Amino acid sequence: MPLTHGVVTGTASHFPAKSRYSALALLRGALGGHRHWGRAWRAAEPKPSYDVVIIGGGAHGLATAYYLASQHGIRRVAVVEKGWIGGGNTGRNTTIVRSNYRQAPLQRLLEHSLRLWEGLSDELNYNVMFSPRGALFLGHSDADMTRLAERGDSLRAMGIDAELMSVDAVRRLVPLLDFSRAARWPIAGGLIQHRGGTARHDAVAWGYARAADNLGVDIIENCEVIGFTREGDAVTGIETTRGRIAAGKVAICVAGNSGHVAGLAGVRLPIESHTLQAYVTEPVKPMIDTVIMSQSLHCYISQSDKGGIVAGGDPDGFPSYAQRGQPVRLEHAIAQAIALVPALSRLRMVRCWSGVTDMSFDGSPIIGDLPLRNLHLNGGWCYGGFKATPGSGHLYAYHLATGQPHPIAAPFDLARFAQGRTIDEAGVGPMPQHR
Amino acid sequence: MMLIHCPHCGPRAQEEFTYERTRDSVVQLDQAPDVAMAALYSRTNPRGEENEIWRHTLGCRGWLELRRDRMSHAIVAVRPLGVQVLP
Amino acid sequence: MNGETVQFTFDGKRYTARAGQTLAAALLDNGVAVVARSFKYHRPRGIMAAGVEEPSALVTVGEGGRAEPNTRATDVFVYQGLVARSQNAWPSLAFDVGAVNGLVARLIPSGFYYKTFFGPPKRWMVYERFIRKAAGLGPAPQQADPDAFDHRAAFCDLLVVGAGPAGLAAALGAVQARQRVVLVEQDRLAGGALLREDLRIDGAAGAEWAQDAVARIVAGGGRVLLRATATGYWDGNLVSVVERLAEPGQAPSRADAPVQRLWKVRAGRVILATGAIERPLAFGGNDRPGVMLAQAVRHYVRRHGVVPGRRAVVATSNDDGYRTAFALADAGAQVVAVLDSRAAPAGPLAEQARARFAVLADARPIDTRVRGKRLCAVIAQVGGSEQRFAADLLAMSGGFTPVAHLHKQAGGDLAWDAATQAFVPGAARQAQASIGAAAGGHDLAAILAQGWQAGGGDARMFAVDDPLGMGTPAEAATVPDTIRGKAFVDFQNDVSLGDIDLAWREGYRSVEHLKRYTTLGMGTDQGKTGNMAALGRLAQAQGVDIPQAGLTTFRPPYTPTTLGVFAGAAVRDHAGPVRKLRLHAEHDRQGAAWQPVGYWFRPRSYPQVGESLGEASLREARMVRQSAGIVDVSTLATFEVAGPDAAALLEMACATAIGRLAVGRGRYTVMLREDGMVMDDGTAWRLDEQRYLLTSSTGGADRMAQHLSWLRNVMAPQLKASVVNVQEHYGAVALAGPRAAAVLAGLTGAAAPAHMHCAQGQIAGIDVLLLAASYSGERAFEVYAPGHHMPALWQALHRAVVAAGGGAYGLDAMDHLRVEKGHVVIGAEVDGRVTAADIGLGGMLRKQGGFVGWQALQRPVLATAAGRRHLVGLTVLDGQALPEGAMLVLREGEEPLGHVTTAAPRVAGEGWIGLALLTDGASRHGQELLAWSATRGATVRVRVGDPVFYDRQGARYRD
Repeated sequence: MPLTHGVVTGTASHFPAKSRYSALALLRGALGGHRHWGRAWRAAEPKPSYDVVIIGGGAHGLATAYYLASQHGIRRVAVVEKGWIGGGNTGRNTTIVRSNYRQAPLQRLLEHSLRLWEGLSDELNYNVMFSPRGALFLGHSDADMTRLAERGDSLRAMGIDAELMSVDAVRRLVPLLDFSRAARWPIAGGLIQHRGGTARHDAVAWGYARAADNLGVDIIENCEVIGFTREGDAVTGIETTRGRIAAGKVAICVAGNSGHVAGLAGVRLPIESHTLQAYVTEPVKPMIDTVIMSQSLHCYISQSDKGGIVAGGDPDGFPSYAQRGQPVRLEHAIAQAIALVPALSRLRMVRCWSGVTDMSFDGSPIIGDLPLRNLHLNGGWCYGGFKATPGSGHLYAYHLATGQPHPIAAPFDLARFAQGRTIDEAGVGPMPQHR
Repeated sequence: MMLIHCPHCGPRAQEEFTYERTRDSVVQLDQAPDVAMAALYSRTNPRGEENEIWRHTLGCRGWLELRRDRMSHAIVAVRPLGVQVLP
Repeated sequence: MNGETVQFTFDGKRYTARAGQTLAAALLDNGVAVVARSFKYHRPRGIMAAGVEEPSALVTVGEGGRAEPNTRATDVFVYQGLVARSQNAWPSLAFDVGAVNGLVARLIPSGFYYKTFFGPPKRWMVYERFIRKAAGLGPAPQQADPDAFDHRAAFCDLLVVGAGPAGLAAALGAVQARQRVVLVEQDRLAGGALLREDLRIDGAAGAEWAQDAVARIVAGGGRVLLRATATGYWDGNLVSVVERLAEPGQAPSRADAPVQRLWKVRAGRVILATGAIERPLAFGGNDRPGVMLAQAVRHYVRRHGVVPGRRAVVATSNDDGYRTAFALADAGAQVVAVLDSRAAPAGPLAEQARARFAVLADARPIDTRVRGKRLCAVIAQVGGSEQRFAADLLAMSGGFTPVAHLHKQAGGDLAWDAATQAFVPGAARQAQASIGAAAGGHDLAAILAQGWQAGGGDARMFAVDDPLGMGTPAEAATVPDTIRGKAFVDFQNDVSLGDIDLAWREGYRSVEHLKRYTTLGMGTDQGKTGNMAALGRLAQAQGVDIPQAGLTTFRPPYTPTTLGVFAGAAVRDHAGPVRKLRLHAEHDRQGAAWQPVGYWFRPRSYPQVGESLGEASLREARMVRQSAGIVDVSTLATFEVAGPDAAALLEMACATAIGRLAVGRGRYTVMLREDGMVMDDGTAWRLDEQRYLLTSSTGGADRMAQHLSWLRNVMAPQLKASVVNVQEHYGAVALAGPRAAAVLAGLTGAAAPAHMHCAQGQIAGIDVLLLAASYSGERAFEVYAPGHHMPALWQALHRAVVAAGGGAYGLDAMDHLRVEKGHVVIGAEVDGRVTAADIGLGGMLRKQGGFVGWQALQRPVLATAAGRRHLVGLTVLDGQALPEGAMLVLREGEEPLGHVTTAAPRVAGEGWIGLALLTDGASRHGQELLAWSATRGATVRVRVGDPVFYDRQGARYRD
């Protein structure tokens, strides 16, 4: 199967010249006190009905709306968001973008997404600061290095970039790692995806929102879904805190809360909501120029453009919607980060936070139909949804527009659990707390 | 950090415990395959109270059933599960 | 203040400070006006505040691995030899090239980077390099931390956070009520606001009263932690408190003493007496060195004996600002004017002020002027006209923000107090209460009484003698209409009122969008000073009250906290546990090369002088094929299952038949997960009528222990069976090779048990359990003995195998041997995604089910073999080494059909073989494929075949 189907990387030609972003427009703004900038997106009032209503104004939902409008010409679309757009996991992740997975269906899905990332700032006419600074997995033993080579070999065989790195090459790239032989987890080498990196999470939500709004999509904030309207086994619309909205199709896109929202329609999912924490330090001058992950330690570290070290670790391991983490997990994640990069010790954490992750029961997302007609789901992204944002929206839009799963998304249907086609990247089975 | 009142050990920090699954997702080995798979692969996942099975893994290693609120983390009830030590 | 002095340096210049001064106080005392450059525009900044809320005066303190960038000069006490450096300025603080950003400020408003730098990602990365270098504040640390951090737990009836008047009174009350109290205070002195006021409590000066209160709390059994900040409030009334035992950059008192300690305080009740933070006023140039918060000025004058200016203007929206005017005047400064934004200031403070200073009503600063980089004049709007005041100090007060961070972290609600235009703590979710200024209080006598009662004390009053008298509740400033230049609300991130307005125009109207778009409140001060002014502006734009405009979340930690203290002792060689074999020293003596396996360290091989690891392992493997070898297998998971229902319990876990096993016999078995995939494999042995031993893989030991406990306790509590994890009890050595049976017989004096039989025996006087199982393909035995006997057992076995022409072998040789036999390994062939059928074990499963995972296997995709990956053997055809992990393809560049799970040199023969998981592998035997490793530049021709390469009939197991 080819990696990408029908990806059209646009050039933002759909923005009228007067509202297009550019260096020249900034200069014009400087002369005029920046008074000419209009709203990035309208505060839309809900209309009585839409062709498609997307529940969830995170980046996935906004991307879905954008691609429905831009790729499929479906513009009677609403995105309803219970709070402010991008306020869930879009604004809480550690902003890592990569496609270096091990299982072929995930490789196809994330590579599809990565290729969209590569043209996204231009396509949206919004700089999402996608920075392919490299996503480096560290290996700590010969056995780790063999597993990394296997991952790299499988990626290369799928046409995805991967380079095995010697210790010396890793040292040149990230000199602040602990290279001493006595380190508890000595560095044996690494595997890097040079095209991987980071992006500015909020900008992704805002960029998609602005582009979707420009194409006529209604973005309705402060509008929580409290139920569904049905005729027999078909969903006909949603009940919200701002009234009833009829819809040809209803597309759930609320990762973190998929179980809750699907539950409003009486559907139970192989998803449990867990907590994942992350933290950021005070900003310092550049010290880590790539994304560091470890094969043996559950820890990932990068440095934001502002200078803060952004890092995270394992999920808390039990169901919660509280967006409140347990301190021991945080301490553990920090200790592991210091084990890898000892110079982090005197940096100060300025904030830590928690997101509610949609933990699916094989670790892979669910994209497709639900047992009720006209009701669809995009969720179950566990702790890896941000990197998938453009691909997820693109494939979900395809599904909503055509009624058929896109070939890349087809393996990720809900029926895989009943049929035994699970896609278990970690190979740990159905219990989400073991991922 | 949550404080869980282990029926055997008293109040202990959450870090000593591990979550296993919800009470209603326990798969019995004599269940028909489709019933078993439905139990394994679907959860109500409520934004509220749920019956959960936990283990005092780094303590007495006993199994517990908690009724716990997933929004507030309040633990409404705890009862021991499994083989009980005779009085 | 005593007369001791200490020396310190700032930007290489030597200064003298008085003991007890903060670095900020010492710098002011030495006339240093500019101490930092701001984040974005590199504007020169001085000291604005006196506490942890300081947004601007960030410096790097300390050297080498102790250097702490971004240290607030207001939050480090000067010690002898302190080294501080300015940051974010090049080439120097006085002349900073980055200040050019200020000149092009109009080109780079909030969010400018979202609107430009388009093109391919590589082009953005070029811009990004410059942006990254310009951003960041302090220098990046380059060295490992030489110092230690630790963690401690504390339990108490009452935790009081904050040792100002409210907190002290609360702790005193609790001590009187005989409660176990912990009182924590971020400052090095107790007293809080009392340290900057001239008043008396119960006849004693405020600061002395505070000292005495601490003594009484300690005498009453309470614990008082000074220089200890409550940073996080978690579930279950757990508060994390970071105690500084050394100042930033300071060496610890002893070489191994911790520099910081993280206390985890589990409290029955928590009282938050965290005070309030003064708000700056918004006006043009409100960030100039010389513009300070009014309470901070008073703090420097009264506590540190430093008068930060000679000609001062006080600008206030409330009565409290007047106190600073008095403090300045009493200290000899000239108060040029008090600008009060209220139309008709009244009350005792204003009355007394009018007698001494020019008090101007309806007056507010709108702009400032500098000479050099320091304030020289204040432009004010007084009524309808403008006035200019020559001044080198502007003390401002825009009202107060109660410190409700911990209350919010604990899940509490906030309430809006319209009188003071402030959020105050509302309903609490955990067992906690807020008191004092943190709860919006302002009257000292009332605050003391409130604290005493909250602590649990009997009714009593404190006598407060305040010569100035109480003011009215603080009124907040409104934003003036006329603003010239940049009026900052977030001083550190250079967010001005104009930026707030721009974000509003562009539709970033939710307070969270505003924050994220402008970076408001995202600096190291977390918006402690500026957030309310920005919220006010946002609410003004929306035409609503501040509470309707919303509020951003308060996230831990309250103040920036070193990562090192979170990690505690779990760093360096304590970063992860190390599990050592009981035979670790024996293996070391024999020259073992170590291999990490989870937390274990196991011998990989025992290389001889001049031998590579690969040569050593092949020699060892051939030794086993030819004579005999021993390998330490003590890490295998081992469970004893006993009782009348032991077999029934085992049959829940094991997918193979166990029930019909005869006493003294064993069998290979597999355990499945509930999703039908193989979880683990091992052997089950019937030691007695009602007693079994189950072994399983090293890596899966914890998972298997949990699984068996789950089955026994939750799934089948009715069964009469016990499960005991005996891995830690026993050690085990595997003895394998054609001479193994003879070696064993020689040691035990009895015939060796037949293959898959077990027996008791004695070796060197040690009782041993002998399990005749083979992993290598040779006649082999696992010899189990209590762990403490392992060295003696190993030595006896080693002498015997050496005499038989063999020796010890390691994991690599074991791997070579098992690959040749087609045995799978958990983690390689069994990767959590294979069924028993996939690896050729489908025939072993009990047809009638009843074991974990049987239902899942009935699912259609798992019930058929087609399209699944199967275990196969690979033989290299072109003489090359087989790269483990390589992809199996028909042609390079094609999508893989499978991969090499394990590769090994032939032991009994030449060349390389391997095991692989290959799609539809069972029907591909005989097919030629390429093992392609693109990352290692290797392509090897292989033929697919049966996974068993050696002794397919198993003849060598038998005697």
